Amino acid sequence: MKDQFFEKLREILEAEDKEISLDDKFRDYEEWDSLANLSLIATIDDEYGVVIPNDEFKKIETVGALIQAIETRMASL
Amino acid sequence: MDNTVFSLSQKRILVTGSSSGIGQQIALTCGDTGATVCITGRDEERLQSVYASLPSGDHIQWSGDLADFDKLDELVDVLFPLDGVVLNAGMVKTQPVQFIKSEDLDRIFDVNIKSTIILIQKLLKKKKINKGASIVFISSISTQKATIGNAMYNATKGAVNSYAKSLALELAPKGIRVNVVLPGFVPTNILNGGHLSAEELAQHEKNYPIGRFGNPKDIAFLVQYLLSDASSWMTGSLIPIDGGFSLK
Ligand SMILES: NC(=O)c1ccc[n+]([C@@H]2O[C@H](COP(=O)([O-])OP(=O)(O)OC[C@H]3O[C@@H](n4cnc5c(N)ncnc54)[C@H](OP(=O)(O)O)[C@@H]3O)[C@@H](O)[C@H]2O)c1
Repeated sequence: MKDQFFEKLREILEAEDKEISLDDKFRDYEEWDSLANLSLIATIDDEYGVVIPNDEFKKIETVGALIQAIETRMASL
Repeated sequence: MDNTVFSLSQKRILVTGSSSGIGQQIALTCGDTGATVCITGRDEERLQSVYASLPSGDHIQWSGDLADFDKLDELVDVLFPLDGVVLNAGMVKTQPVQFIKSEDLDRIFDVNIKSTIILIQKLLKKKKINKGASIVFISSISTQKATIGNAMYNATKGAVNSYAKSLALELAPKGIRVNVVLPGFVPTNILNGGHLSAEELAQHEKNYPIGRFGNPKDIAFLVQYLLSDASSWMTGSLIPIDGGFSLK
């Protein structure tokens, strides 16, 4: 899941070779903007079938925490 | 000055989507300025509380999903003949263009434009719109100034603008006027599904030269004017009301 998620993130950021790590604060990426924000939420829904509520999503800071939130929700599907 | 020309006294007005937000305020302003109103929405509890806030009168309420087109006959049947119609009900679905889903597209077009076209047709067929009436559409400034993620919504509101102009032309011989209001950002329930944080909202507010977002009363007062006889020579107009947002 991790590698696949990193790949999706690169697609969203339109940054093919970007180094991504679990500790990255994704909102600090220089490619980050409102379109990336909306695309990430939509991708999580499309690819993993989960919707992270807005309030929770806003509190998630790192890539690792985001993956964890997705996995937790997938487990309860 | 002749202030009575701004009064809605003796007028009977339908306001769709009046169980909350802008529509609720439009209904209350109409009531306060003397009109008898029909309020609508799906949420019966909220609708009831709006009804209870109206000054006493022969107001009516109707609850149902406007996108359930067959049910619109019920609404038309309970309605009195109208001097004003405010097509305000609407929804937002934020999705970047690459992620648009066909079911979401169907739903938002059904709610924001198809229901309106069908309702107007039914009202006209059943002669529920009086000569000299005023029809007001609540569209959006986003049809003039695009924002990220709102393509589906903007497409529906663009359709509203174009439909309203055609309607204005066809109804002018009956003395029925049709105008469109294009509000900027007004914090209401419609934004509950939004993806902006409080800080992002505060940042966005800086794009408003007047220095603040709108409130439902800002919009309701313009609608009151359009429903009143003071605007008798206005038809087919698209009117921005956005604190100067679209100037920049
Ligand atoms: N707020 C803004 O910044 C803004 C800016 C520009 C334009 N607008 C437009 O202003 C209008 C009012 O929006 P608002 O901001 O006041 O939002 P709101 O508080 O969510 O009000 C929307 C109203 O429409 C009703 N509605 C929604 N879907 C419906 C359906 N399928 N069937 C029947 N009624 C339905 C809702 O009632 P129930 O939930 O009870 O059904 C509610 O009364 C909309 O057309 C919106 O596009 C808003």
